[in-house]
Amino acid sequence: MEWANQLCENRQFGSKMTDSKYFTTTKKGEIFELKAELNSDKKEKKKEAVKKVIASMTVGKDVSALFPDVVNCMQTDNLELKKLVYLYLMNYAKSQPDMAIMAVNTFVKDCEDANPLIRALAVRTMGCIRVDKITEYLCEPLRKCLKDEDPYVRKTAAVCVAKLHDINAQLVEDQGFLDTLKDLISDSNPMVVANAVAALSEIAESHPNSNLLDLNPQSINKLLTALNECTEWGQIFILDCLANYTPRDDRESQSICERVTPRLSHANSAVVLSAVKVLMKFMEMLPKDLDYYSTLLKKLAPPLVTLLSAEPELQYVALRNINLIVQKRPEILKHEMKVFFVKYNDPIYVKLEKLDIMIRLASQANIAQVLAELKEYATEVDVDFVRKAVRAIGRCAIKVEQSAERCVSTLLDLIQTKVNYVVQEAIVVIKDIFRKYPNKYESVIATLCENLDSLDEPEARAAMIWIVGEYAERIDNADELLESFLEGFHDESTQVQLQLLTAIVKLFLKKPTETQELVQQVLSLATQDSDNPDLRDRGYIYWRLLSTDPVAAKEVVLAEKPLISEETDLIEPTLLEELICHIGTLASVYHKPPSAFVEGSRGVMHKRLPARTGSGESTESPDVGTAAGGSAPEAAPSIIPSQGDLLGDLLNLDMAPPTTSGPPPPTTGMQMGGMDLLGGGLDSLMGDESEPLGGDIGGSPAMGAGFGAAPAVMPASLNAPVGGGLGDLFDLGGVGMPMGAYIPPKIVWLPAMKAKGLEISGTFARRAGVIQMELILTNKAMSVMTDFAIQFNRNSFGLAPAGPLQVLTPLGPNQTIEVSLPLSTVGPVMKMDPLNNLQVAVKNNIDVFYFSCQYPISMLFVEDGKMERQVFLATWKDIPNDNESQFQIKDCHLNSDAASSKLQGSNIFTIAKRTVEGQDMLYMSIKLSNGIWVLAELRVQAGNSNYTISLKCRAPEVSQCVFQCYEAVLKN
Amino acid sequence: MINSLFLINPSGEIFLEKHWKSVVSRSVCDYFLEAKEKALEPEDVPPVIHTPHHYLISIYRDKLFFLSVIQTEVPPLFVIEFLHRVAEMIQDYFGECSETVVKDHMVMVYELLEEMLDNGFPLATESNVLKEMIRPPTILRSVVNTLTGTSNVGDTLLTGQLSTIPWRRAGVRYTNNEAYFDVVEEIDAILDQSGTTVFAEIQGVVEACVKLSGMPDLTLSFMNPRLLDDVSFHPCVRYKLWESERVLSFIPPDGNFTLMTYHVNAQNLVAIPVYVKQSISFFECGSDGRLDVTVGPKQTMGKTVEGVMVTVHLPKTILSINLTATQGSYTYDNGTKLLVWDIGKLNPQKLPNLRGSLSLQAGAPKPEENPSLNIDLKIQQLAISGLKVNRLDMFGEKYKPFKGVKYITKAGKFQVRT
Repeated sequence: MEWANQLCENRQFGSKMTDSKYFTTTKKGEIFELKAELNSDKKEKKKEAVKKVIASMTVGKDVSALFPDVVNCMQTDNLELKKLVYLYLMNYAKSQPDMAIMAVNTFVKDCEDANPLIRALAVRTMGCIRVDKITEYLCEPLRKCLKDEDPYVRKTAAVCVAKLHDINAQLVEDQGFLDTLKDLISDSNPMVVANAVAALSEIAESHPNSNLLDLNPQSINKLLTALNECTEWGQIFILDCLANYTPRDDRESQSICERVTPRLSHANSAVVLSAVKVLMKFMEMLPKDLDYYSTLLKKLAPPLVTLLSAEPELQYVALRNINLIVQKRPEILKHEMKVFFVKYNDPIYVKLEKLDIMIRLASQANIAQVLAELKEYATEVDVDFVRKAVRAIGRCAIKVEQSAERCVSTLLDLIQTKVNYVVQEAIVVIKDIFRKYPNKYESVIATLCENLDSLDEPEARAAMIWIVGEYAERIDNADELLESFLEGFHDESTQVQLQLLTAIVKLFLKKPTETQELVQQVLSLATQDSDNPDLRDRGYIYWRLLSTDPVAAKEVVLAEKPLISEETDLIEPTLLEELICHIGTLASVYHKPPSAFVEGSRGVMHKRLPARTGSGESTESPDVGTAAGGSAPEAAPSIIPSQGDLLGDLLNLDMAPPTTSGPPPPTTGMQMGGMDLLGGGLDSLMGDESEPLGGDIGGSPAMGAGFGAAPAVMPASLNAPVGGGLGDLFDLGGVGMPMGAYIPPKIVWLPAMKAKGLEISGTFARRAGVIQMELILTNKAMSVMTDFAIQFNRNSFGLAPAGPLQVLTPLGPNQTIEVSLPLSTVGPVMKMDPLNNLQVAVKNNIDVFYFSCQYPISMLFVEDGKMERQVFLATWKDIPNDNESQFQIKDCHLNSDAASSKLQGSNIFTIAKRTVEGQDMLYMSIKLSNGIWVLAELRVQAGNSNYTISLKCRAPEVSQCVFQCYEAVLKN
Repeated sequence: MINSLFLINPSGEIFLEKHWKSVVSRSVCDYFLEAKEKALEPEDVPPVIHTPHHYLISIYRDKLFFLSVIQTEVPPLFVIEFLHRVAEMIQDYFGECSETVVKDHMVMVYELLEEMLDNGFPLATESNVLKEMIRPPTILRSVVNTLTGTSNVGDTLLTGQLSTIPWRRAGVRYTNNEAYFDVVEEIDAILDQSGTTVFAEIQGVVEACVKLSGMPDLTLSFMNPRLLDDVSFHPCVRYKLWESERVLSFIPPDGNFTLMTYHVNAQNLVAIPVYVKQSISFFECGSDGRLDVTVGPKQTMGKTVEGVMVTVHLPKTILSINLTATQGSYTYDNGTKLLVWDIGKLNPQKLPNLRGSLSLQAGAPKPEENPSLNIDLKIQQLAISGLKVNRLDMFGEKYKPFKGVKYITKAGKFQVRT
């Protein structure tokens, strides 16, 4: 009854000319009273009554019981009353569909009214009534309105098509409304054009492949003309639409840029940012030596700076986008450092973003200014901000080598303040500075050691321990220092324990004589008294290593470490390119591709920046090489993945392979091997060194193998950060599977932030005829998770769990568990869109979480899918040609035999092969678990990397999915 | 597009909801309220929140949260701009934007929202257009309406909405034709302890009040347009003419509007009208500290600085203060630790000073942070950047309008670090 209170409050405001009088009620039967008033003969009384009803509705009160009485008021000449009734109808029609039909006649009549305002109002309101029965009646009036002589009606009707599509997409397509809508792009009125574009864009979002906005130079020209004349909102829609176009050459690109540039001076910041998107994208095609190119670069800076003087919310979105722009084209804002200086009353979310950009812009030229600012921030009130500022100083040191010394001394000054959290942050970043510039600033270690006692955060303690271990030979009392930590070993967090273990081993290898006792102590603490498997395993590895071959141990543990890279948090280049194409969207705020988080955008096409054309290519200067299109993969490996976290992971360091041992061990390949290792425990490891791991790492020496085992504890930190970006890491996923069936890489299905800290990633596999869902559950929350269970929604092929989810032990914070769940195909069936979509609910002690994922349909290909030749021939002829669909697989370099055997691994069986004029034709059959047969013809031409595939099936809707499997299998 | 709008008061109560597509349960606001709980200040609530099925984009304005719910990829700036328009519309219609006002005019606000968006697409957001459709309340009109039974809703087709100048209504008639322009400049600056400028820039805006009959076509030119680094125009301004001739040529909307906003960059030297000498110090051992602040005029171009006000957020551990001001008066709120010193007009002969002692809570350590001073000031008849309007010409109509230009300089985010 929260409304009751509110209503009482409202009564106090009651005065003659306000609406609050509509809230005045008597205790007895308000609804009853309203009913009487609605049926009154007096117009004025009726209107007042409807107003009261609306007032109740706006505050969330249920007045749906008055539906018939309100609808009765609809037939009126009074425009205001009509509008009020319409408002009511839109809200409640859905709950009273049968009653809503009563209103249809009035609508249809109004659509014919002489007054265009009434016509538009009727068609607009009708579209908002989300009742199937009504939509049927809507079609005819809508068709007329789309061709209405009055542009106001046409523009309203355009939006109505989008509404109708949302309710019943099929109907819209069947009625041909989409084509009419496309025609409206060429309408003479700019507002109609803008609304048609907006409607089409919205429809296109739910139909990624529909090619609704088929842009060509003519339509682009129309849009550019309308751009100058339509409202600010229309301009946003048109600019966003333009951004999807790829110009034919640099000249067209330039001419579009010229016509878009004036939008940078618009008062509406959304228009400005959409214009920036178009320019950033099309600029890519311009030759760099063009005068216009540099003019354009200069023009981009001022509007971006101006966005920062807007309201804080606008600033925030602008800053997130500027962050991308600065990474892509640092030259635009390199002189504008000062506008990112933080004001003390900026909201915290603005402060943090500004700080991030300041570091990105930091260079030798402005580093003094930046450092002075950062030092200032380190004395602010807001703890989060202060911490980030201290970290930023460390990042500056790593980024601008010349400033490192200055940064270190600034950090030392800050340590002198003795403010606890400042000291701890400072120590964490100094550790990073040591990693970047080894053997340079060790003189400060003494100062750091003075603060040992005040460190109470695990990260700072771990950092300090790392420093002591790393420079043990220069710290006289290193053993005492480390020993002091050892006393409370079991109370430390895992991070600190692991670090302490490693540091003491390092110390021992450097000063073996004095520290034997210490190392034994820590090894026994780690192996015998700890219940943490990670710690235990690392302890055993060290122990084994030290006892068998101390020289090798030295080589491994004290090996030279790779320097950390300058920018640990740059967005991966391919992702950055995609995000640049999405400037101004939610994706740009989250710095994630839309496919990773936007619901309902299944199969969003990944946007790419256009490649430079013709003349531009040759004149490209070398320094921009990395910025241009395809060179992304080269840059990627140098980036240590981390999640906005400056540290990366400390532990990564010790994982580094000895410098002599060739390529690093395949970290992810270890996951499966590592699993049984942990389970099997000590004996198997001690008993036979190479056996448990041999399968995966093959030829590496035993030592390498022992070492490689450690990554099994790491997948969370390695795999979590970069959505799809790290995909290539997983390429090894399928290695060593008996069937050789294609298993897609694991992807994150349920990000932790959506599920109160539970992260689920996984994939599907078919092993020995059993479909398995392989899941990695990671607990990123602070509390323990238990009681896991899983359930599927009905789906196209009746997939259902064949047993319960086997998570027997509680999942502690920061723990990860791998589970594989056998699936059956006998569950309830419902057709999904896309066909291979699976909706999953996972429950734990905290809540129930939902996510949806897509399985490769190859999981459903059964082992007895090989068809007799005769049957194949007959079936092929028997299936009507309409059911045939053809696809292209590009860039596949296998010959037909290799392809055939690869496909066989996934139960795609080759029945016959024919060679005609150097072209191999492979005929194949597939049987799905529900008995559907798919027949295929694969054409492979020697020397041509494009395959053509024709699929025939009685259920043609599966073709698309089957094709995707072909592509996935052949390319992996 | 925009699915729903919720208005929420600072205590977290939802007092208005409007849905332009299907109804979204108000429980979706729980995610927002959760974030709000976490934030220290209402200003600190993140503007974009991701929930399992929706995105929540919000602004905090006039002590109210405007929260919109969207389901698909929509440009967040578009949503934020729109939310600000809603707030401006309420302000424009009812004189202020507050919970009380919205509750008093619930139905009218609801009708207005309905006109502003259709299916989440903007429909009519120009105040001129809206006012033609739904007339703002006046006491006289409400009396007339009750007597005659007419309504506030217009029933003519809005010509403005479709013409190429949607911002101007047709058939405007005035007996006194007048056009006034206010050039308002705000200085955003950060000064460090020693008074050196760390950063300074000027945000300017030209506000217009144009009441001219018919379809006047105006041209406004500046003496020194090159001063401006970045400009944003009202849609009525012809951009091409600005590009080529640096003049503002436009057919104005009727009434009050913002003609342009501009920006004078940090790279140009920005004149700082006042200096501040300050020291806020705490003794290492005892539980006391001292505060001493003096404000004086610096580059004022011969004008008087008025409305000077100094605001300081003192450290949380302050127990009490004991200060004396030589000019003006100060107020101190011990709850928020906010010290406000209202000085008034700056007299160069006798500089205002505020000094005295601060005492800390017993046993509290020396505060770690240095409080910043926020300065407010006003200078009449001066645009600090030096921008000057050259002339205003009118074409297209026969009558002679009254013309006027006013300049004013204010402090924007003007901060002095200690």
